[in-house]
Formats: sequence, C-alpha cells, structure tokens
Amino acid sequence: MRRITATLTAVIAAGLLLGGCASSSVADGSSTHSPASGSSPAPVSGTVNVFAAASLKEAFTKLGHQFEIAHPGVKIVFNFGPSSGLAAQITQGAPADVFASASTKNMNQVVKAADATSPTNFASNVMEIAVPAKNPTAITALSDLAKAGVKVALCQPVVPCGATAAKVFTNAKLTVTPVTQEIDVKAVLTKVSLGEVDAGIVYLTDVRAAGAKVKGIEIPADVNASTKYPIATLTKAPNRATAQAFTDYVLSAEGTSVLVADGFAKP
Amino acid sequence: MTSSDPPPAGQVPAQRTRQGARAVQARGAIPWPLGIPALLAALFLLVPLAGLLVRAPWRGLPHLLADSQVLDALRLSLVCASAATAASLVFGVPLAWVLARSQARGISVLRALVTLPLVLPPVVGGVALLLAFGRQGILGRLLDEWTGVTLPFTTAGVIIAETFVAMPFLVITVEGAFRAADRGYEEAAATLGASRLTVFRTVTIPLIAPSLLAGAVLCWARALGEFGATITFAGNFPGRTQTMPLAVYVALESDPEAAVALSLVLLVVSIAVLAGLRDRWLSTGTTP
Repeated sequence: MRRITATLTAVIAAGLLLGGCASSSVADGSSTHSPASGSSPAPVSGTVNVFAAASLKEAFTKLGHQFEIAHPGVKIVFNFGPSSGLAAQITQGAPADVFASASTKNMNQVVKAADATSPTNFASNVMEIAVPAKNPTAITALSDLAKAGVKVALCQPVVPCGATAAKVFTNAKLTVTPVTQEIDVKAVLTKVSLGEVDAGIVYLTDVRAAGAKVKGIEIPADVNASTKYPIATLTKAPNRATAQAFTDYVLSAEGTSVLVADGFAKP
Repeated sequence: MTSSDPPPAGQVPAQRTRQGARAVQARGAIPWPLGIPALLAALFLLVPLAGLLVRAPWRGLPHLLADSQVLDALRLSLVCASAATAASLVFGVPLAWVLARSQARGISVLRALVTLPLVLPPVVGGVALLLAFGRQGILGRLLDEWTGVTLPFTTAGVIIAETFVAMPFLVITVEGAFRAADRGYEEAAATLGASRLTVFRTVTIPLIAPSLLAGAVLCWARALGEFGATITFAGNFPGRTQTMPLAVYVALESDPEAAVALSLVLLVVSIAVLAGLRDRWLSTGTTP
C-alpha cells in the first residue's frame, strides 16, 4: 500500500514537472521587445525569423544582409524550404515572423488559419527547363521531356513549382512522367546539376542562380505558367515591429530592384 | 553476527522481523535516484506514441487507408526493408565473422570504417551513395557504360540505400556474438572431423542464433524507417521509390490527417513485428 502511494506521488510529481515545462512560454527569439506604438516608429532590433520559399534563397539572403547593414543590431534568420511545408509549419505553431510564399495557395492556407492578414504580392516567376551543363541527352525543347527514356525531375505536385510545372505541361498538352518528385525546387536543381537526371523544371531565377552548373532552356511564353509571390508579417510574430520593417523593405523599391536583378518579374 | 548464532533471549525476534522486512523491501523497491529519471524516460518515449493514438482520425481511417498510394507505399516499404535485411544477412554475417575472428592487422580500422554509417547522418549517406553509385558516380558511371543500368530512382536504389544504413547494425550485433561464442564447441566439432564450412553452418550459426535474429530485427526496423538516404539517392516517386516515411513526409504538407493515418499504420506494423519476435527470440544471453 505504501509502495502504491509512493509510486502515485512520483507520477503526479512527474506530471506537474512536465506540465510546468510545457506552460512556460517558448523563447520569443528577440532580445528586446519593441512596443507596438501609434505614430512614432518602433525601434528596430532583435532577431527576425523569415520563412521563405526555396526559390527566394539568393535574393532574400542579399536583402537580409542589406537590411542588417542598414539596421545594426538586427539579425535576420532564414528558413528556406517548400512553401507548402513552411505553411504547414507555421499553422502548427512554428515561431516565424515573416512568411514569403511562392504561391498564393500556400499563403491562403496561413491566412485561413488566422496566422497572417492582408498579404501583399511582391514578385512573380516563370518556369524554365534546366539541363546538366553538358546536356548529354541533347534536350532542346519542352516536348523532349515527354520522350521515353528521358529522366525528368519535378517538384512534388503540392509544392508551388510542381503545381506550376503541371500547368505548363497542361498548356503544352504534354504528358511527362518524372522519375522523382523532389521536396523543393533546389532539390530538383541539385539532381540536374549532379547529372542524375536529364532535365528538370525549375524557376527561371533558379537557372540564373545556378550559373555554370546547369544550362537553361526557355519555355515559350504562350505555354509557360507563372506564379505570384505574396509576403506577410505573421499575426503571432514574436518580433512584430522589426518583422514589419523587413516586410516593408522587401516591398520597397530597393527590395524590388534586387529581386528584378535576380530574374523575378514585378507582381 | 551470522544467522547460525542462537538468538539472545527476548531481543531479536522483533529486530529480525524488521530487518527481514527491510531486506524484502530493498530487494523489490526501486531507489528514487534511479526511479524518477527512469519514469521520465519512459514517459518521454511513450507520450508521443500516445499522442499519435489519441489524435488519429479513427473515423476517416478506412477511407484514408484504402487509397492506392498508401497501399503502394506500405508494400514498397515492407518489400524493400525485407530485401535490405536479406542482403545484410548474406553479406553482413561473413563480414562480422571476419571482423571477430581475423587476426590480420588493420582489422580494427576496418571495423571502424564499416560501422561509420551508424553515426553518419542518413542524408550524408545518400549523398555519398550518389557520388559512388549515381549516374556520374565513380562506380555508377562504369555500371551505366557497361550495362546501361542506373541505380538512382529505382526500387533497387531504395534497397541499396536501406542496406547501407542498416547493415552496420547487423554487423555490430553479430560480431559481438561471434566474439562471445564458446570456441570449445567449434573445436570439438573440428576434432570430430567436420570441415570448417560444416562447423560454421552446423555449430557456429546455431550458437549465435538469438543474436543473429536480434540483429536482423534491428536491421529490418532501421531499414523500414529510413528516409534521408532513400529520398536523396532513390528519389521520391509513388509506387517505385516512395516508401512509407517519404509518403508521410509528403502527406504532412498537403493533408496532415493522412500523414497521421500513415504514421499509425507504420506504428502498428512495427509493434507487430517487434512484439511477435520479442517473446521468442530476443531473450539475452541464452545458452544453446
């Protein structure tokens, strides 16, 4: 009897301990909390967690550096990945401040979960065929991808680049069966640059960013499909003021010029 | 004072009873410095499983699981894990024997190298496999030139990736068993005229059978759960290379309920295998 009560006490103690750990709030990631003020701009400081689509990697890294130089004491931390995966993480409670998606569909997911309000489009992108630098299978056009024996890598259909690639094939009335459906556009690019596949459908900006590692083949404008990139500061952002400042920076003329230089089109 | 001494009159019976009771309690009770961390560890491992069971979409489960993509992923997972285990047994057991019995120099270095996949992050393993057996890899290029066969993005590629990460588990377990096995039985069989292969087949293997099976189960479980090396080397395509872990990862982005349903299936299969084998084979240190 004594042993049973002793065991029960231990279980309750463990439960309280775990409960106490769970209820204490997650670290907010910013060293100083900027008060949400009315007319005067709140001081910009601390860490900002930006969840951005993989295709934004090069452009946003540049923008992050420029923002940090302009605002000493601020640190921008990026999480690049597939927009669908990032949206799922945000709705599950990941501590993000800003979300930049490669499609309105994934942003709508986040808005629907009340994690963002009033997103703004800041860029758009079109697709391009990427082939290994040496192009061993001599791909020249979109129709080559539908030929038997040609290995094609695409993004998963739920990821924006996969959905947009599917639109391109529908426009061109082609049936293309990939050998692999990668988790994001950079993974497709890696498979192409390693020469493991003969071709992949990625964004025009990714071909440009990869430089000499891959060769790009344009998709005719009449069959190409585009996708819009919305950005929003999240409602539960731990560092709201600085996050809004970064979002405003991306939407500013300076931000747009960096994106356009990388190959993005205006929204 | 030993137990054979005659008890002094009037004093000991109560003392002996208290001492006896304390001794009985000491043997059965768990000391608190060990008990509380043990309890926390058990909770830590069990609460996520409970979470999976509590949050499972039980009502929609039959509909979610009837999807052909789910059945494809399950079939692929089971087939590939079993094939990887078979390959690990065929090649891993001889390797374990060599590591345990060989007197050659450098064996310890070889042992360290072949168990490297144990500590290597699986994605790194996948990248290494691509560089070795991919279309442009050091061996894969020759394979492609001579036979036209490429391993990435094929089911064979999945089996290779899973074997790469899981075989070291088998090798480690079985090597330990070979070392611990009593050589006396093998020597006796040899003196009775059995050839070395016969000794290996009829004496050594049965001697290490419990460890062999434990290693095989560990290997199978590791292969079943493999994700990083599979998605990097074999890619992700439903029906051909999309195993259950990959299917769960994909489903998590579009349909979290389906992901939970898939996770549940994997959990049930794993428990069934581990429970089914545990009773009969995974007892420790059995004598033949």
